[in-house]
Amino acid sequence: MNFLRQDFIERNAILLLVLTLCTIAVGGIVEIVPLFTIETTVEHVKGMRPYAPLELAGRDIYVREGCYLCHSQQIRALKDEVERYGHYSLAAESMYDHPFQWGSKRIGPDLSRVGGKYSSDWHYAHLSNPQALVPESLMPRYAFLAEQPLRYDRIADNMRTLRTLGTPYTDEQIASARSDVETQAAADSPDADALKKRYPKAVTVQGDGHQVTEMDALVAYLQVLGTMVDFADTTTEQLQQ
Amino acid sequence: MSAAVAAGVPIEYNEAVIKKFVIATMFWGVVAFLVGIAIAAELCWPTISFGLSFLNFGRLRPVHTSAAIFAFGGNALFATSFYVVQRTCRARLFGGEALANFLFWGYNFFIVMAALSYVLGYSRGQEYSEPEWHLELFLVLVWVLYAVAFIGTVLMREEPHIYVANWFYMAFILTIAVLVLGNAAALPVSFFGAKSYSAYSGVQNAMIQWWYGHNAVGFFLTAAFLGMMYYFIPKQANRPVYSYRLSVVHFWSLIFMYMWAGPHHLHWTSLPDWTQTLGMAFSIMLWMPSWGGMINGLMTLSGAWDKLRTDPALRFSVTAVGFYGIATFEGPVMSIRDVNALSHYTDWGIGHVHSGALGWVAFISFGAIYYMVPALWKRAGLYSSKLTAWHYWIATLGIVLYITSMWVAGIMQGLMWRAYDQYGFLQYSFVESVVAVHPYYIIRLMGGVLFLLGALIMVFNLVMTVRSPSTQRQDAAVPSGAVLVGA
Repeated sequence: MNFLRQDFIERNAILLLVLTLCTIAVGGIVEIVPLFTIETTVEHVKGMRPYAPLELAGRDIYVREGCYLCHSQQIRALKDEVERYGHYSLAAESMYDHPFQWGSKRIGPDLSRVGGKYSSDWHYAHLSNPQALVPESLMPRYAFLAEQPLRYDRIADNMRTLRTLGTPYTDEQIASARSDVETQAAADSPDADALKKRYPKAVTVQGDGHQVTEMDALVAYLQVLGTMVDFADTTTEQLQQ
Repeated sequence: MSAAVAAGVPIEYNEAVIKKFVIATMFWGVVAFLVGIAIAAELCWPTISFGLSFLNFGRLRPVHTSAAIFAFGGNALFATSFYVVQRTCRARLFGGEALANFLFWGYNFFIVMAALSYVLGYSRGQEYSEPEWHLELFLVLVWVLYAVAFIGTVLMREEPHIYVANWFYMAFILTIAVLVLGNAAALPVSFFGAKSYSAYSGVQNAMIQWWYGHNAVGFFLTAAFLGMMYYFIPKQANRPVYSYRLSVVHFWSLIFMYMWAGPHHLHWTSLPDWTQTLGMAFSIMLWMPSWGGMINGLMTLSGAWDKLRTDPALRFSVTAVGFYGIATFEGPVMSIRDVNALSHYTDWGIGHVHSGALGWVAFISFGAIYYMVPALWKRAGLYSSKLTAWHYWIATLGIVLYITSMWVAGIMQGLMWRAYDQYGFLQYSFVESVVAVHPYYIIRLMGGVLFLLGALIMVFNLVMTVRSPSTQRQDAAVPSGAVLVGA
């Protein structure tokens, strides 16, 4: 084993590189590969569904604006967090999140179960001027999102990309993507029932009424966060990892 | 030329590219500190972004982190790695002028484009890995060519042994390539658009992100800067490295253990417990190889401690190693699951990062740059060691304000979030914790301003070092490009 002596290694650049590569490979392989192979890593719970097109567009805005830099989406399994924010987060609840948005810093509160906690009107007002509702808030104003029309003519392409990566969008969901955006962004569309059949618990929102804005999308996304899994209907056994 | 010929080995190092990287390091350092101050001020007075999308915290924070880590830190690593590898291998930089210049302009083009993309609203939404797919692809190209230039130089070396600093630089270049390729895997929506979706989702995405994220710290901000330490501290102190054996042991154990530590960013989350436990165990063990490096750096000063009184540049390097020791003790403590229950999501983490980023990364870079600039520009010495001393004390005070205010703010947030009143209800609403940290955010901002002030003094000092007649060498006859071997 002469080639494993430092005196030999440090005179041979290629050997040094190869051994470095072997040394750094171990940790990642042991910690990452089993997460794809151990079947219970993602819990088997009912209710999880891919995001509706408007929610998906809202999620893309959430990612783009860097919301994750101040808001976590991960309630830890600690008593005070569960009391403050609700049931601790499941791996299943972010299984369709490309990328995950668990965050690592709470300059503002956790958002993983913000869905349904406030009215959509509250969200519109709060996003436009946070300090008007929460004077001590450190959040920037996002009024500009209400000015920007949402670009959703290609939203089906985004869903197709996600389907390639494993999100189970059906052909029907992709075909009706554009009309689903418009349906969800109108308060009382006749197609709302069909939308809710495709995407249970989707919340319809309404901004200024004549065009779909980026803020409509973001509010639709915020309103579905953490609402998909019904914990009254979930057993402890299902939550075992 | 005479000195080099006398030494028998007339090697002309490529110093032009190192000079460019040094200038870029200082430029990006000032930018990173300025943007840091801007977003720290936004957290004190949120309305100063005026509701403008491109001034909002969410878009500017990636500009700050990328400018600090990849622009300031990255250019410092290019500069020092090229300085060190040519001298310790006694070989000119591999690949010629064209490759060297492409690396400089290519890497800095990547940084400018990344920063612009964040403020214009393009982001992958993963910390320290925000650039979209086309920029990541370009970065991979630059990085592969960096590896070619560096490893090529090592292969062309005149010295039989590869010096310890180069082990660290090579491990850094190789591992960053592996990490970026693993973590940035994404599927673009369209070939002509910027939008892509991460190849991973949810819990696997989280694990891979922090495998990447923690080792960006471990290899970009630690291993590579240890390479810097292993060359510049012995040079500044004029003493050999304290222990060769220690450097061997801590090199291999450091690069092995770092790769396991990522899950400590995900304690108590939906990452399975077994992964969290592995991450915690290795993070605690990592304390030892980290301190191996610290001890090796500090003990190199044996018999030369008096130089700290007379050489403020060395003071930067040695204080950096001290901060490295503090941060790498604090890290393992914070990775203990029960400590992490308190510290995670709070400003304690921000303080921890900055004791590493300001105390270790920036200080060791400042020390190296103060050493390199007179050598690269062929000057007799620094323009003013008094100004260097002023920089040192102002910056140190800045760091102390920064990390102590973040300790207090972070621990206070953690305690407030978990406090119960006498009736068994949560005692504080979230926003009460926001109000409580306001004074500490202002102290942090002052710390940042002091750190920037120090850097501006440094820029002035370096410009004068290059320009002032007072630093002209007596033997100014040495033509540019020719260097004393081993200088």
